[in-house]
Amino acid sequence: MSNVLFDVPGPKARFRHQVLAVVGVLGVAGIIGFIGFRFYDSGQFEPKMWEWLQYTTIQEQLLKSVGATLKAFAVGAVCAMVFGAVLAAGKLSEHAFLRGPATFVVEIFRAVPLLIMIFFFYFGLPAIDIKMSQFTAVVLGLTLYNGSVLAEVFRAGVMSLPRGQAEAAYALGMRKTQVMTLVLLPQALRVMLPTIISQLVVLLKDTALGFIINYEELLYYAKFLGGQGQFGRPLVPVTIVVGIIYVIMCLLLTWLAVTLEKRNRRNKKIKTNGTKKLDDVAIPAAAQSL
Amino acid sequence: MSLLSTYSGLFLSAFATTLKLFALSAVGSLLLGTFLAMLRVSPVPVFRAAGATYVTLVRNTPLTLVFFFFTFAYPLLQIVKIDYETGAVVALTMYTSAFICEVVRSGINTVPVGQAEASRALGLTFTQMLGSVVLPQAMRSVVPPLVSTLIALLKNTTVSAGFSVGDAGAIQASLSEDGANMLVGLSWVAFFFILLVMPLTFLQRSLEKRWSVAR
Repeated sequence: MSNVLFDVPGPKARFRHQVLAVVGVLGVAGIIGFIGFRFYDSGQFEPKMWEWLQYTTIQEQLLKSVGATLKAFAVGAVCAMVFGAVLAAGKLSEHAFLRGPATFVVEIFRAVPLLIMIFFFYFGLPAIDIKMSQFTAVVLGLTLYNGSVLAEVFRAGVMSLPRGQAEAAYALGMRKTQVMTLVLLPQALRVMLPTIISQLVVLLKDTALGFIINYEELLYYAKFLGGQGQFGRPLVPVTIVVGIIYVIMCLLLTWLAVTLEKRNRRNKKIKTNGTKKLDDVAIPAAAQSL
Repeated sequence: MSLLSTYSGLFLSAFATTLKLFALSAVGSLLLGTFLAMLRVSPVPVFRAAGATYVTLVRNTPLTLVFFFFTFAYPLLQIVKIDYETGAVVALTMYTSAFICEVVRSGINTVPVGQAEASRALGLTFTQMLGSVVLPQAMRSVVPPLVSTLIALLKNTTVSAGFSVGDAGAIQASLSEDGANMLVGLSWVAFFFILLVMPLTFLQRSLEKRWSVAR
């Protein structure tokens, strides 16, 4: 394998790499061994700690809380896409009185931490007699924050298209809305799909913030389950299981993104459309939102 | 304004904690992230696999869960006792370093292989190649997204408020105990975050603009 830093190894380097590989294996084994030993030593491997996994009631409750997480994710994702589309339309508008407020809203919602927004809706708004459930507060926060990030992504997608696309559409006599909906958006969405989906992974992860205001999602249930004395307070096993559930959910979404990207790449029409330039615009916008 | 003057001490100490968390975990995650990136571009497969596993696992775990682990589960393992604030720094560092690793790695990958081949052909040593050819070019594509990651880290420090750390996110809890107007209080918190984040955002944008032209 040759990359920018290392040449194809010769016999000496290959030997050195083998030595390093042994060191690496030993190091990794050492870390895993140490963690495993700590688990064993503090009694995390005892059957009692893992017994809860067998109870059907607990399995059902666990599924139900995964459902609550997914519900917040689904509603938040749909709302964020719509909100993002509206903001992007505002930012791309030719009228300054639309562009200004849209830019302002995007900047504000991207700069305020999501948790502060959720607090604002859940703890702040009751001061002026607007009360909402934890679910609404979480979804509202997710919508505003991710909507603003997505607006930037949508805009970058449209901007990355060759200018000729819009010019040709205008030359054909299309109106502004037609140019946007029939020509620019379909192409932009296809190019941006991977970025949009990785933003959705962020959104899925951020549903866990609901835990802090006691929205009864996966992490909330994990804490409840971890405190159960009859199973010996299995906080460590529960954290591991919940972690695995989150990783699987996110990886499924990422897998979807990769599959879509591959399908896109096969399509030659899109490949030529300055994807390089797109990377420059889009990645920093998306990177800001972990 | 009256709320701000009444609680100026609270706001000051809370934002000081936020900045402390930010500074410590920024340094920590830059170090760990660069180390992970070194693992991920290394010619030894085991190192690459270890780096990739870490990044995949951490990137797909919510930060709240990482905090959850360090606050509730980690003490049960009886390794080294850490207080809540240290736990928060460790959680933020572990989480952010995975993202920094990806930024650094993709930055190095933007440098064309021909650049390194040409410098080797000229007889530059590994250090010379890295120092005068590869890294200066990689910097251009690394620094702007790196600033973005740090902005995200600054905002993410608020999560620690849910886990017994008295940072800016926890102002809400103290105000609520006093029965102060939370709407005003939280608006001030949001405002100060905007003040903190905006300069960083401008820095990131100007770097991006300046360097994307030169490429």
